[in-house]
Amino acid sequence: MATVSIRDLEIEFGNLKVLKTLDLEIEQGEFIVLLGPSGCGKSTLLNAVAGLLDVSAGQIWIGGKNVTWEEPKDRGIGMVFQSYALYPRMTVEGNLSFGLKMAKVPKDEIDKRVARAAKILQIEPLLKRRPAELSGGQRQRVAIGRALVRDVDVFLFDEPLSNLDAKLRTELRVELKRLHQELGSTMIYVTHDQIEALTLADRVAVMNGGVIQQLASPKEIYRRPISRFVAGFVGSPSMNFIEGNLSVSDGKAAFKLPDGHLVDMTGYEFETPPEHGRPATLGVRPEQVDLEHREPGASVLPVKLTLLEPMGADSLVWGELAGKTFSVRIDGDAHVETPSSVDAFFLPAQASIFDLSTGARL
Amino acid sequence: MKPRFLRFWMAQVALLPAWLIVIFAYIGTIIWTIQISFTSSKVFPVSNYVGFSQYTRLFGSERWIISVQNLAIFGLIFIVGCLILGFLLAVFLDQRIRAESVFRTIFLYPYALSFIVTGLVWQWTLNPTLGVQQTVRNWGWESFTFDWLSRGDRAIYVIALAGMWQASGLVMAILLAGLRGVDGELWKAAKVDGIPTWRVYVHIVIPILTPMFVTATVLLATAVVKVYDLVVALTNGGPGISTEVPAKFVIEYLFQRQNLGLATAASTVMMITVLCVLAPWLYVQYFRKPRSAH
Amino acid sequence: MASLTANGHIEPSGPRPKRIGPGRYGVYAFLIISALFFLIPLYVMIVTSLKPMDEIRLGNLFALPGSPSFDAWVKAWSQACTGLNCNGIHVGMLNSIKILVPSVLLSIAVGSVTGYALSFWRPKGANILFAVLLLGAFIPYQVFLYPLVRILSMVSLYNSIPGVVFVHTIFGLPLMTLLFRNFYAGIPIDLFKAARVDGGGFWAIFIRLMLPLSTPIIVVAAILQITGIWNDFLFGLIFAGRENFPMTVQLNNVVNSSFGEKEYNVNMAATILTALVPLFVYFVSGRWFVRGIASGAVKG
Repeated sequence: MATVSIRDLEIEFGNLKVLKTLDLEIEQGEFIVLLGPSGCGKSTLLNAVAGLLDVSAGQIWIGGKNVTWEEPKDRGIGMVFQSYALYPRMTVEGNLSFGLKMAKVPKDEIDKRVARAAKILQIEPLLKRRPAELSGGQRQRVAIGRALVRDVDVFLFDEPLSNLDAKLRTELRVELKRLHQELGSTMIYVTHDQIEALTLADRVAVMNGGVIQQLASPKEIYRRPISRFVAGFVGSPSMNFIEGNLSVSDGKAAFKLPDGHLVDMTGYEFETPPEHGRPATLGVRPEQVDLEHREPGASVLPVKLTLLEPMGADSLVWGELAGKTFSVRIDGDAHVETPSSVDAFFLPAQASIFDLSTGARL
Repeated sequence: MKPRFLRFWMAQVALLPAWLIVIFAYIGTIIWTIQISFTSSKVFPVSNYVGFSQYTRLFGSERWIISVQNLAIFGLIFIVGCLILGFLLAVFLDQRIRAESVFRTIFLYPYALSFIVTGLVWQWTLNPTLGVQQTVRNWGWESFTFDWLSRGDRAIYVIALAGMWQASGLVMAILLAGLRGVDGELWKAAKVDGIPTWRVYVHIVIPILTPMFVTATVLLATAVVKVYDLVVALTNGGPGISTEVPAKFVIEYLFQRQNLGLATAASTVMMITVLCVLAPWLYVQYFRKPRSAH
Repeated sequence: MASLTANGHIEPSGPRPKRIGPGRYGVYAFLIISALFFLIPLYVMIVTSLKPMDEIRLGNLFALPGSPSFDAWVKAWSQACTGLNCNGIHVGMLNSIKILVPSVLLSIAVGSVTGYALSFWRPKGANILFAVLLLGAFIPYQVFLYPLVRILSMVSLYNSIPGVVFVHTIFGLPLMTLLFRNFYAGIPIDLFKAARVDGGGFWAIFIRLMLPLSTPIIVVAAILQITGIWNDFLFGLIFAGRENFPMTVQLNNVVNSSFGEKEYNVNMAATILTALVPLFVYFVSGRWFVRGIASGAVKG
């Protein structure tokens, strides 16, 4: 168990700056998820922590020790890869013990640790098999086991579940969470899958363009996204965005749609006092919209509904607002007419408003 | 901070043999050769610099001019011939024929042989006294004449023919691999659209195969510049000096005629020609798309 | 194309298209004529080697031998003359083997390590090294020859088998490096990263992880090097010295020597004997040979 501290980290490939002066403090035993689209620098950051990449500037500290120029093996880390990266010509046992043999751990100690890891991961019957004879889920367990046997302080996961099918992914996700609770190790987990991020993480770092845009608990990321990018990236289907202007009169804030319609924003907590006429984007999540009940304090959006998409437990209703696509998540049993024009209700306190040009939360 | 070259010191150690070879055996020898070419060295290298006069002498030498001309004739026929024959063989082999692997084996086996073997076999087969010419005359066609090997103006074509015999299979193998890589749906689409097969080949398949054609051409071209053993075995430069080639010119002036200055000048010219032709291709092939960092 | 759409119980309508049209015969005719072109020299070589000289002098190149005999083979093997030496082509064969074995082993060893280091570790300067190596593969050997002769004489390796082995290693390096580098480029980089995290060093990863995966490319490399080095003429001629001439050089000397009467049957027998090793490798390796020439040429 160890803290991980990334200080002013910069990484360049040639002239391309992949990470730009990045800071990240990770608590002991914390599960951190680096979330972002491909090319955002999340894997680069993970590889840098592992020592598989040379940093251009800045420092990496693990467990209170500056490891910026240490070899990967001397950092007290274990790593699990998307492609599993199992050594093809070795048995499962050989895969698990390779690292220990490299570290010249005595034979009986190796056996003990391999047995323990195999037990935790329930792969004992597979020890004599080769990777080619394993299923995807089994392979990933072995890959996790390879980090496990080495008794590392920090686990690094590089999109470990991306190659698995949906069902297995859910299973292993739960298992990872259980493993984290059991071991209490620090874990850094890279993914582009927001469900994994929201379910697994103590804190999520949403990355884009080589910087961390927001570092917060999953709840916070979901409820109070710091930027339009974070708001759009987290949540499925994506948050609805409506462009317009802020309107302030008599101390009451409202959002003015392009057609002049005013949406009352009373109850929304502005980060900075709202300015009248400022171009802005209103963000409302599909699941925060109600087509039937108007709760106290709710505001109204005039929506044209065009299409109903049943998804089992609930349905998505697609429509249009101010020329943009607008979606609403409703109960699977509920019924709406399409096409139709309706009033959609939402609580301003749950919504988000971003600056139109910078995308920053207002 | 440990810099990268120290962290990977074992990799550097492992690359040491390669570095030594590159620095001494490649770069060092090239520089040395170029240096000698600017001197008046005969049997031993001397440091009497004479500027470009060896090069002037070289291009004034009939033997060299003939060598260069021969290389051009041989190269053109050999490359074009191999490409055409190899392409035809590949296309015909790709028609879902029987005994494909037998044919493939037959077309490619000469490529496994030494140029010396190829040269000697063709020398024997085409020799005017007891070879094909005599055989056909014995069959009753008394006036049949095929004596190119003993004719100074034709012998180089025989060398090109022997070269084609040896290397067409290489082109076939490369292009056949390319043809097998062509998407099968493409053929179905062409069939549905009613496009005749030959048109598909000309307008669709050949453009797809362009990289393979380029690769084959580069391989053949390097073989052309290096051609030496084939000539030695087949004609030894004769009749007279009618089939001399640059590679043979250099070896002879280096080791038999003891004229280092002229020989090194000739080899320098060979090298520069190759570099000019190759540099763009190498750049495109290997350095435009570097392996991604992770 | 009724047959394309026909399925289930629906019968295709219209006449069944002819399977074997005149086009098919054309294809086979072309292939068979080409095959004859490629086979005739081999055939000529074999029948000539089995004929006595008086039969050869009749000038019927393609005729089968009247009474086949292996006399010419025996003579080629043990009595064929190079200049005044009449010890047969087997001397060259022994020399070729002595040159071949260490050259193949050494060039594959150096090439595989170089390719591995270039592909996975990429230390500083690796790109330059690779670029020069590649260029080296295409530069005419004539540029290197004289200085190499001088360097090898300085260290007393000129005119010796170790000298030729060294030269073969030098000039085999570009192709060997390229082969192994391209092969290793196809191995997922994650595997290498995992081994690094597990504490594997340069040699541990190479020997325990990469070499066991490299069997296919080692076979390809061996095929290329065995045929290439066996068939070499130039380096053997220049660097081996008269005592150690490889088989190709000796063969050329036997056939093209101006002494005495030409014994075409012995010459052809000697030629076949020289071609045996690469032909054997070719026929045994089959598709591997093709893979070799393709992978040496095409980016992996």
